[in-house]
Amino acid sequence: MRDRGSLFYAQLAFALLVCAFLIAPVILSMLAGLTANYQVGIRSGLTWRWVGEVWSGYRETIFLSIGIALACLACTLVLGVPTAYVLAKRQGALARALEELLVMPVAVPGLATALALIVTYGGAGGFRTSWVFILVGHVLFTLPFMVRSVLAVLMAIDLRTLEEGAASLGASFRQRFFHVVLPNCRSGIVAGSLMVVTLSMGEFNMTWLLHTPLNKTLPVGLADAYASLRLEIASAYTLVFFLMIVPLLLLMQALSRPRPRKLRVEAE
Amino acid sequence: MRRENLTLLALLLPAGAFFAAFFLLPLARLFLVGASGKGGFANYATIITDRNHFASLLATLALAAATTIVTLIISGIAGVFLQRNKFRGNAALVAMLTLPLAFPGVVIGFMVIVLAGRQGLIGDISQALTGEKIVFAYSMAGLFMGYVYFSIPRTILTVMATAEKLDPRLEEAARSLGASPWRVTRDVIIPGLKPAFISTGAICFATAMGAFGTAFTLATRINVLPMVIYTEFTLEANIAAAAALSFVLGAVTWIVLAVARTAAGGTVAAAG
Repeated sequence: MRDRGSLFYAQLAFALLVCAFLIAPVILSMLAGLTANYQVGIRSGLTWRWVGEVWSGYRETIFLSIGIALACLACTLVLGVPTAYVLAKRQGALARALEELLVMPVAVPGLATALALIVTYGGAGGFRTSWVFILVGHVLFTLPFMVRSVLAVLMAIDLRTLEEGAASLGASFRQRFFHVVLPNCRSGIVAGSLMVVTLSMGEFNMTWLLHTPLNKTLPVGLADAYASLRLEIASAYTLVFFLMIVPLLLLMQALSRPRPRKLRVEAE
Repeated sequence: MRRENLTLLALLLPAGAFFAAFFLLPLARLFLVGASGKGGFANYATIITDRNHFASLLATLALAAATTIVTLIISGIAGVFLQRNKFRGNAALVAMLTLPLAFPGVVIGFMVIVLAGRQGLIGDISQALTGEKIVFAYSMAGLFMGYVYFSIPRTILTVMATAEKLDPRLEEAARSLGASPWRVTRDVIIPGLKPAFISTGAICFATAMGAFGTAFTLATRINVLPMVIYTEFTLEANIAAAAALSFVLGAVTWIVLAVARTAAGGTVAAAG
C-alpha cells in the first residue's frame, strides 16, 4: 500500500464532489416532494399531500408506463433472443452488418426515429392514436440492449459443444433451444430485461412525439408537471418515478458486479 | 447445414420484419419527406444556408464537444482514482456515480432546475455567501451542466474497466526514472486510456447531439438542433424542414459513432 499523500486526498475530494453533484439534486428533489413548502424549507413540515395529488392526477401515466414497459419486454424477448442466437451462430460479415443495423435506433436520435414513424404511419388513425404506437418506438430503442446482453452471454459459453451434445442425444431443435440454449443464457436475459424495462419506463425523446393526449406515459406527465405545476408537485412526481426506477437500477448494478467465476465443463 | 440455415433464417424473420417495417421504411420515408415541399432536395442544404439552422448546428456541435471534453476529464480523474485506490466506501461511491445511468433527459432537466433554478441549491448557497442569487438553469450553461450530469455515469465504468487493464509497472518505471505525477499522467496513463476515451467520448458526443428531453424541460430559448427540429415540426408545421434536419442530425451522430468504432477498434454503442 502506498502512503496516502495529499494527492490521494485531493482526488478523493474531487470524487466526492462529483458524487455530490450527481446525488444532491436527487435527494433534494425527493425531499422537496415531501416538504409542505419548499421555499420555506423543511421546517414547514413534511407532508404526503403532494404525492397524493400526483396519485389522483397522474396515476394513469404510471399504469400506462408499467404496461408499456412489460409489453416492450415481451416483444424484445420474442424478437431479441432468437436474433441473438442467430448472431451467435453466424460470425460472418452479414451477421456483423445485421448487428450494426440493429443498433442504429440507439445511435439515431429518438426525435428523428419518432418523426420517421409519424410521417410513415401518422395517417393510420387507429394505430397512430393507440398506445401500441408508443410501444413500437420503445421496442425499436430497447431491442439492441436485449440482443447485446444475450449475445454477450452466448459468446462466452461453449454453445456449439452444448448443442452438439444435446443433438447427439437425440434432442430436436426445439428441445435444444428451449432446454439447452435458453437456460444457459439466463443471466443475459435477466440483465437485458432489466435494462429494457428501465429504459422503456424512462423513454421520453420518442414518446413525446408519439403520444396523444389520451396516452401519456410517466415521463410525458413529468414534462407536463415540470412545465406547469409548482415545484413541490413536480418533485413528488419525480419521487414516484425514482421509487419505480431506482430499485431496477440498483438490481442491475448488483447483477453486473463481477462474481467468482463458476466452474464450467471444459470440452476441449 | 441447409436445414439449419433455414431454421436460423426463420428465427431472424420476426425481428427482421419488425425492423424493416418500423425503422428502415420510416427512415426512407423521412428522407423523401425531407425533400418534399417547395424546397425539394435543397431542404437538406438549409442546415448550412439558413442562418438560424446553421447557428443552431454550430451551437449543438460546440455544446456536444464541450460536454465530451469536460466529462472525459471528470470521469478520467475520478475513474482512475476509484480503480487504483480501494478504500472503505469505494463500492458505494462507484454505485452512486453510476446511479443516474438511465435517468431520462426530462428528469435530468429537473435535476438542473433543483441545482441551478430559481429555487435552486446553487442560488441559495451563492445568496448566503455573496448576497447574489446565481441562476443559470434556463440557459446554455444549464443545458451544459445537464449533459455533463448524464454523461458521467455513462463514461466512468468504461474508464475504470480500461484503467484496470493498464500495467502499473509502466507507471512505476516512469516514476523511478524521476517523472513527476503530472508527467506520468500525461505520458503513461492518458495514452493508456485513449481507447476508452475515444469510445465513450463518441457516445457522449452523439448523445449530446441528439438529446431532447433536457433542453425541453429547461425549455425557453435554447437554440440547439433537436429543439429547432421540434419547433419546426410543432409550431411552424414545417414537416419537410423538420424531416430534413432530423435526417441530417441522425446521419451526423451515426457517422460519429461509426468513425469512433473504427478508430477504437472495439465496440461502441450509444446508450439512452
